[in-house]
Amino acid sequence: MRATVTVMLKNGVLDPQGEAIRHALGALGFEGVEGVRKGKVIELDVADGTTEAQIEEMCEKLLANTVIESYSIALG
Amino acid sequence: MKAAVIVFPGSNCDRDLAVAFEQAGFETKMVWHKDTDLPEGIDLVGVPGGFSYGDYLRCGAIAAQSPIAKALTKHAERGGFVYGVCNGFQILTEMRLLPGALLQNAGIKYICKPVGLRVETTDSAFTSDYSKGQEITVPVAHHEGNYNASPETLARLQGEDRVAFRYTDNPNGSLDDIAGILSENRRVLGMMPHPERMSEPSHGGTDGAALFSSIASGLVSA
Repeated sequence: MRATVTVMLKNGVLDPQGEAIRHALGALGFEGVEGVRKGKVIELDVADGTTEAQIEEMCEKLLANTVIESYSIALG
Repeated sequence: MKAAVIVFPGSNCDRDLAVAFEQAGFETKMVWHKDTDLPEGIDLVGVPGGFSYGDYLRCGAIAAQSPIAKALTKHAERGGFVYGVCNGFQILTEMRLLPGALLQNAGIKYICKPVGLRVETTDSAFTSDYSKGQEITVPVAHHEGNYNASPETLARLQGEDRVAFRYTDNPNGSLDDIAGILSENRRVLGMMPHPERMSEPSHGGTDGAALFSSIASGLVSA
C-alpha cells in the first residue's frame, strides 16, 4: 500500500525557493506565473491496513514541522 | 563544573564548542548521539553546529529523534543548562525545547561571515558577563537561519525578555532580527551565530568568550 504525504510551507511563510523559481520562469519567457510554492512529496510503502491516523502521527512527529509546514495525506 | 557536547553524524563544530567550554573551566565530555544517558553530574549540555544527518528531511529533524534527545529533554526539564549553536539551535527548535523554527535564508544563499549582534538581555546565565545593548561581532555560517515564529510566540518572546541576541544588520531575513532566544526558564539558549569561533585572540576576536565565562561564573557563585 502506498501513502503519499505532501508537505508545504504554510501560507504566509516566506518561500524563497518558490520566489526564485518564479523569477526563473519569468526569465524564460513564461508569463503570468503569479506565485510559486515549493514543497516536498514523501512516498511511503506501508503495510496494508495502515490507517490515515497512523500516517498523520508520522507527519506530526517527524515528516512535517507543523510550526512552519502543513501536510496532506493521500492513501492508496 | 561539568559539561557535555553531543556529537551527531555530521556535526562539525563539536570540538570547537568543547574547547570553548574547557577554556571557561568546564570538564567536558563528548557524548555520542546513540547514547541514551548523559554522564553523571552534567551542568551544561552543548548541541553543536554542523549538518547532523546531512540535514536530511529538515535541518535538525532527525537529530531531534535520536536516542540522546530524550536524555537532553530530561536534563532541560530538570533545569539543566542547554546551549545550542547553529545546527544545535535548529535541533532545539525541532525538539520543541525552544519555540519557532529556522527557515532557509531569505536571500537563499549560504552566508558565512562575521556579523554584528546586540546583546538584548543580561538576565540569563549565558549573557550575564555582557552589558545590555553591547554590540559584539561573531561569525555566522548557515543556510537555514531565518528565524520564524507565530505572532503569538513572537509577542511572548518579546514580552518575557527572551530575545538574547539580535542582528544589528539582519543577514538572513529573521523575524524581528532575532539571532538567539531563551527558553521560558531562561536555561536553554539557541542561537545561529558561533561565539565559540570568536573566543580567543587567534580567532581574530574574543567577543564570544563572555558567553562561556557567563555560564561558568553563574555556576561558581551558585
